[in-house]
Amino acid sequence: MPPHTFKVNGRPVTVEVEDDVRLLWVLRDLLKINGPKYGCGINVCKACTSHINGRAFNPCSVPVGQIKPTDEITTIEGLPDTVGADLHPMQEAWIDRDVPQCGYCQPGQIMAAVDLVKKVKAEGGSVTDDDIDEIRNMCACGTYGRIREAIKQGAANM
Amino acid sequence: MQRRRFLGYLIAAPTLAVGVKLTADGVLEAQALPSPTPEVSEVYDLSDLLLDSTRPTANLITIVVNEDGTVSFSIPRAESGQGITTTAAMLIAEEMGIDVSDVTVTLADARPELLFNQQTQGSASVISIYTPVRVAAALARGQLVEAAATILGDEAENLRTTGGRVLSTAGSSVPFAELAAAAANSVTREAITELKPVDEFEIIGKGQRRDDVRAAVTGQKKYTMDLDVPEALPTMIARPPTIKGTVESVNNLAEVKAMPGVTDVVEISTDAEPGRGTTSSAVAVRARTFGQCIDAVNALDVTWGGGNVDDESDATILAQLRAADAPANLPSPGPLDEAGGVLPLVTEPATAALDGVGAVETIDEEFVFYWRSNAAMEPNVAIADVRDGEAEIWTPSQIPIVTQSQIAQVLGMTPGQVTVHVPRGGGAFGRRLFSDVALDAARVSQEIGKPVRLMWHRADECRAGRVHPMCISRVRASFSGTEVVSFEQRHTSVATDYTESFGDMITSQAAKLPFANELTLSQTVFLLTASVPYDLGAVALGYNEIFDFDRFATGSVRNLNNQDFRPAQELMVDRLAARMGEDPLEFRLDRVEDERAKACLETVRDEGDWGRDLPEGVAQGVVVHNEYKGSVAVLVEVDTRAATAEREIRGATTGPRVRKVTVAVDVGLPINPLGLKAQMEGGVMTGISHVFTGSLHLRDGNFLEGSWDDYRYTRHWNAPPEIDVIVMPPSGDRPGGAGELAVGAATAAVACAYARATGEMPTSFPIGHTKDVPFKVKSFVPPLPPSPVDGLTAYPTPSAAGPAFNPAS
Repeated sequence: MPPHTFKVNGRPVTVEVEDDVRLLWVLRDLLKINGPKYGCGINVCKACTSHINGRAFNPCSVPVGQIKPTDEITTIEGLPDTVGADLHPMQEAWIDRDVPQCGYCQPGQIMAAVDLVKKVKAEGGSVTDDDIDEIRNMCACGTYGRIREAIKQGAANM
Repeated sequence: MQRRRFLGYLIAAPTLAVGVKLTADGVLEAQALPSPTPEVSEVYDLSDLLLDSTRPTANLITIVVNEDGTVSFSIPRAESGQGITTTAAMLIAEEMGIDVSDVTVTLADARPELLFNQQTQGSASVISIYTPVRVAAALARGQLVEAAATILGDEAENLRTTGGRVLSTAGSSVPFAELAAAAANSVTREAITELKPVDEFEIIGKGQRRDDVRAAVTGQKKYTMDLDVPEALPTMIARPPTIKGTVESVNNLAEVKAMPGVTDVVEISTDAEPGRGTTSSAVAVRARTFGQCIDAVNALDVTWGGGNVDDESDATILAQLRAADAPANLPSPGPLDEAGGVLPLVTEPATAALDGVGAVETIDEEFVFYWRSNAAMEPNVAIADVRDGEAEIWTPSQIPIVTQSQIAQVLGMTPGQVTVHVPRGGGAFGRRLFSDVALDAARVSQEIGKPVRLMWHRADECRAGRVHPMCISRVRASFSGTEVVSFEQRHTSVATDYTESFGDMITSQAAKLPFANELTLSQTVFLLTASVPYDLGAVALGYNEIFDFDRFATGSVRNLNNQDFRPAQELMVDRLAARMGEDPLEFRLDRVEDERAKACLETVRDEGDWGRDLPEGVAQGVVVHNEYKGSVAVLVEVDTRAATAEREIRGATTGPRVRKVTVAVDVGLPINPLGLKAQMEGGVMTGISHVFTGSLHLRDGNFLEGSWDDYRYTRHWNAPPEIDVIVMPPSGDRPGGAGELAVGAATAAVACAYARATGEMPTSFPIGHTKDVPFKVKSFVPPLPPSPVDGLTAYPTPSAAGPAFNPAS
């Protein structure tokens, strides 16, 4: 089994596992980083959404062999560190609006929201309802209304 | 007036511990036997049944004051996002004078001695714990005050509690932490207490954030698969290609066992109804990672035997439902007789309603509702460690006592040898009333003698999971001038499996129900839940079903029959209003029988701006619904204009969109308005799915859907940009249920709005179901869709996503 070295939440890690094992299982089953959730395994529900080098991606659909030693993975657990605070502004907005019901999809929702806001800000805009409409993250409790409010609130503080 | 007194127990323990019977005879006043008129559900509904079936229980739930002054309570309920732990903490904090954050509520393991008192369903949790939890908290507070009286040198009656301290009139105080041991009891004995009057509430009725909100948004909240159980390696299952199929032989066992990471491959029974149902089987794989489980499952070469329904498809089921539907028999001037095996429940005498009316016109319609999934985001999960004659299980069961008993049965153990822990669940919606996954895990662990961490793949949930049964609802309404003479609704459904949830409770209460001996279990549930909130003349409701309870894997799905029954009914109410030239909202207001329901309707009319000018293709729909001791009115606006319905988001089901939602809800005494609103919001999202997008297609013995995206639950692009939930002021001194209340109402309101916007009443749901199968059907053999490898380039849309789908075009 080849060793794979990369950074997760600012910490260098090395795991020995076959190249084709998807990163989600490396994070969850081997590194015990449980913030990214399994919801479908085929990149459609987005519950595992995390960041690679600051951009959103879905580790359920990336073989660990594709991760380079210089890659930096950020999961929900490492999000506050990216702003040097106890909580990221998006997490604070989520708490303020009491967004979660069961909570299972929320780490992915937050990671997707942070990526979306960064993207529209980089393009010189601010997040709109149309932008939010295109977020693919599933929520079976139906918290979409509060997520929409929280994204706008969190964006204002990012 | 003398305040009511309640009985509880002081329990011998190192710190203060008090106990109370959960909904015991000493707490709840006996209720008179219900009369079967008008609708049974108005006087004796499902929440009554669940409450009554808990009365004989003798054992206690306990509240403990810890040495640090915090309070602990282990609740015998599931917490799956509905907020019951937060609600319980509020009740305790209110009664004791302590901060909500100083109360820790955990979930109890299976406690068989609680009998029916450990199930989470029927929106009954708040209703059932409201008084007992307060009684225990009040007893605890009384003991703390007595202990403090000595220390503070004051009379107990002069003392008050706030912020986790006992205060004297002179201003001195002592914290609970210093009293926890002093107030402890050395012997267990009965004690009497009174409850805080409703008008002194400071916490109840004020919005409270979830107790686990911070853990949830930081990734720290532990779900079953996140628990650290040593050696419990990932395990998944290779299932047959048709429903309830069986393994005939595994042809490459050695090869699969040698795959990377794989530790075990074993054939197991997947019989989900041990001892009474049909049997099925499958092959389980245990490996170092779930990814390696998926690969091994797909590498298995299995010869599969036939399934249970291999010749059935949507079309064959529809034909059988229609054949089983009894002919309508209203209006009729004579007594209503049994017809076609269906026993209609007549709630108003037809003869009286027909007396003196003129020429009667009749409208008839049939509505078809296709299969639905109640899958949660967290898949079906269980950890099992079955070794050395003992079984330890972790699974987010809604009914852990049944889980425990079934596991004992299949393992050949006594229930005492089986421990069932209940971690917090990632959604439930009725799905976790069934123990399928826990049985899978227990069987695998017993067979291989090792702990397992078993998870259903998403494809398993679509194809081997529990479904809301396909059904039809026939409505015949007759009217004369502007008077509705009669309203008959006959519901015919594929059998719902209620055996693990309501079955035992209904049987235990059979003697108390006016009809239980004459009707089947499903008919009983139907009649306990079905309601007609309006005066529609003579009302007759009938329920019939096809197949044995376990032919399909069906189950209780959030809001049971009302997710179909109410939309069919409300669409016909709109048609009646149109035929009479009346405004749909005024028509309902004139005929709504319940004052709370009327107030909810008036509120959405005013706050939702009923009747405002809207462009062509945009319309409002409104309904009101009574259930679970509450009322809810839902007003929605649906936009069916081309610019909306045909908007392109790759891979999305776009189509007509609900733009604006106004909900008014009255649950008697709202405990946590913030959580109550969340339940309404979620119910609306589910209703939107039911009308437009969410269904399973049955073809040749299995469902075509194989994941999310195939199964089209409401997504961000379908969610209404505006949603306003108004919690009505308290209308009573007890809370009602909320978890399911909005689903049927929202489904009906959206359907009515869509009908008005398009000028065409839909009669088949979801509306796009028969139009197309808008996805590439995933393979049945091998059974699991392989994980993609292009995740670094396919964000946000998966590369396999097709064009947008408009179910209404």
